[in-house]
Amino acid sequence: MKSTLLTIAAAATLTAGAAAASTLDDVKAAGKLKCGVSQGLPGFSNPDDSGKWTGLDVDMCRAVAAAVLGDAEAVEYVSLSAKDRFTALSSGEIDILSRNTTWTITRDTDLGISFAGVNYYDGQGMMVPANLGVSSATELDGATICTNTGTTTELNITDYFKQHGMTFELVALENSNEVVAAYGAGRCDVFTTDRSGLAAERLKLADPDAHVVLPETISKEPLGPSTRAGDEQWNKIVRWTLNALIEAEEYGITAANADEMMGSDNPSVKRILGAGDNDYGAALGLDKDWAAKAIKAVGNYGESYERNVGVNTPLKLDRGVNSLWNQGGFLYAAPIR
Amino acid sequence: MTTTNEVDQEPERTGLAALVYDSKARSLFFQGVLAIIILAMIYLAVQNAAQNLADQGKEFGFDFFDRPSDVQILTTFGTWLIGYVPGESTIFDVLKLSVANTLILAVVGIFFATILGFLMGIMRLSNNFVIKGFATIYIEVMRNIPLLLQIFFWNAALRLIAPGPRDSGTFVPGLLQYNTKGIYGPFPITHDGFYLTVIAVIIAIGATIAYGKYAKKLQESTGKQSPVFLVSIGILVGLPAVVFLITGRPLTIEWPNFVSEGPMLRRGFERGIGSYIAPEFMALFLALTTYTAAFIGEIVRAGIQAVPRGQSEASEALGLPGGLTMRKVILPQAFRVIIPPLTSQYLNLTKNSSLAAAIGYPELVAVFAGTILNQVGRAIEIVAVVIIVYLTISLLTSMFMNWFNNRVKLVER
Ligand SMILES: N[C@@H](CCC(=O)N[C@@H](CS)C(=O)NCC(=O)O)C(=O)O
Repeated sequence: MKSTLLTIAAAATLTAGAAAASTLDDVKAAGKLKCGVSQGLPGFSNPDDSGKWTGLDVDMCRAVAAAVLGDAEAVEYVSLSAKDRFTALSSGEIDILSRNTTWTITRDTDLGISFAGVNYYDGQGMMVPANLGVSSATELDGATICTNTGTTTELNITDYFKQHGMTFELVALENSNEVVAAYGAGRCDVFTTDRSGLAAERLKLADPDAHVVLPETISKEPLGPSTRAGDEQWNKIVRWTLNALIEAEEYGITAANADEMMGSDNPSVKRILGAGDNDYGAALGLDKDWAAKAIKAVGNYGESYERNVGVNTPLKLDRGVNSLWNQGGFLYAAPIR
Repeated sequence: MTTTNEVDQEPERTGLAALVYDSKARSLFFQGVLAIIILAMIYLAVQNAAQNLADQGKEFGFDFFDRPSDVQILTTFGTWLIGYVPGESTIFDVLKLSVANTLILAVVGIFFATILGFLMGIMRLSNNFVIKGFATIYIEVMRNIPLLLQIFFWNAALRLIAPGPRDSGTFVPGLLQYNTKGIYGPFPITHDGFYLTVIAVIIAIGATIAYGKYAKKLQESTGKQSPVFLVSIGILVGLPAVVFLITGRPLTIEWPNFVSEGPMLRRGFERGIGSYIAPEFMALFLALTTYTAAFIGEIVRAGIQAVPRGQSEASEALGLPGGLTMRKVILPQAFRVIIPPLTSQYLNLTKNSSLAAAIGYPELVAVFAGTILNQVGRAIEIVAVVIIVYLTISLLTSMFMNWFNNRVKLVER
């Protein structure tokens, strides 16, 4: 119902309201950033017991809010289903979508949004009850599968089964909790989503250990933040905030030592932090210490990762491909210079 | 203009003044202004939409209809009707599939909600304390719990009572079995020559109607009553049965196949054998039917109470039994009051079926305005199509109900 309203609202906003001014101006004028997040995905975007949103994707919003407004708390979170997220962004209900969203060409070109980078490299996996005795996805012919609607997941799984000459039944639900409930109740034999999502959602199951994730990774899921199409400046602000967090890790800048590092004599560090005469913020429409503010608010990428999804969190996700490029991973941020 | 009768002798006015004082011209003028304002607003909205679309690099158009749809959709009535195959079927096929799913839910829901609603409405007027109490509680409870909650309730309840995915339970003895994955029943497979039986059924229906008319005429002219019911049943069953047997029984029934051995994943009911109802459909059907029936019950009660007491007293005085009084005297008069609000309940049920998205039943809003919108991103086009579809369904329903209303309207002799 909410989604119907949202869709209609989206269509209405597309028809009404003059073309928006720059998002940066709007955000500054409002004094807060409207950030689209999930309906609750532990580790990525999830409200804690006191209702405060936390997670890797939430940190992205906090970092942008810190860079733009100087206050990481100046964020208004809008909880969105996978299905509603793009209309919410393209219609202006949110300023940034940071919600485990896969960067694909269709989304980047057809949905009125633009991606700003990747903050988690993922791939789609499948989970089954251990007692099914299944050890490979190729044994799943005839299975009933539960997943979220409006995702790349539902497309990939269709491709995969087709490619392997297998048939299946798909139960596509809007709310993740409903997906978990359906899977838990035996409506489905398989639960499929991003591997990170499986790690997070399985925590919601009655007995997480009674389920196994199959070895196959059936797709590439580069997850990252996106902004409304047609506002290049705003897109760049988000992109470079993400780059700054990754570069900060590379150069050892942390939330704790950022102030002290201002005095560093490494020119890369000085450029990131805007120390001395360095000012890369002006061209973005921001203060010269925009990146320093972001790093001080959420820490560098590595800090944010370990705090939210790393091996010491319930998700227990190894850095793996999400390590820096010089440590065998994919994270390779364009330099701030 | 000091006295009223002077109005009659209004002075002749000419030119503009005449127009200003001419009520027809005046109303034309204001209607024209209103029309221009509305047109200007539409123009502005379209203009804005075009601008916003251009800003986002989008174009308006329905070319996406021919694109292939790459997503698997839950097997339901629509899948069977359209023959949907992901990757081969187009997005237009998805539209057809989802409309079919909306319609089947609406039609089945309306049918059973009407029966249950009439039952509850009549029960609520019963003199029997228990029957009346039951109907009252039913109506009050159902009307006052939000529908979405009821949908979730039925969905969860069905899962709770249903046997696990690798077990089987009896839903309707000898006919339907079920588990958490759905309800399984027989599926008729027709062979060459079956069409003759279908023709026989059509002829039998025609014959029954003709006989009914004849019997009515006979009763009107001679007062003689004919065994209409028995004869009708005889024709309806007998004729098709004879044709069916003569043509060599061109129909086999495929029963669901329950597998209880082998790999775990293969156990349970085999997919694609027999007929199948998704549990999501069942949950929605139960929720929409029981919810709408409560409102229909109230409408029926009000309709019956609107018929003056004298009518039933007169009928009683004539010696007509209670049931006949209800059927022949009260209900026909009550219908006049019942039908208009009943129509709007039918429309409500149809529109409420869009709540199906919450539990994953692939109807219009869930699939077309959801999954597809997400893949092609044409919010304006898709919302426009959805509005047109609902509007069409609503208008057709209203037209049918108006026709029905005219038919059952009291014909005063
Ligand atoms: N990365 C995929 C899937 C994203 C997705 O929706 N995942 C689900 C399951 S991990 C989710 O976010 N659930 C949380 C929610 O319902 O808000 C995409 O962008 O399409």
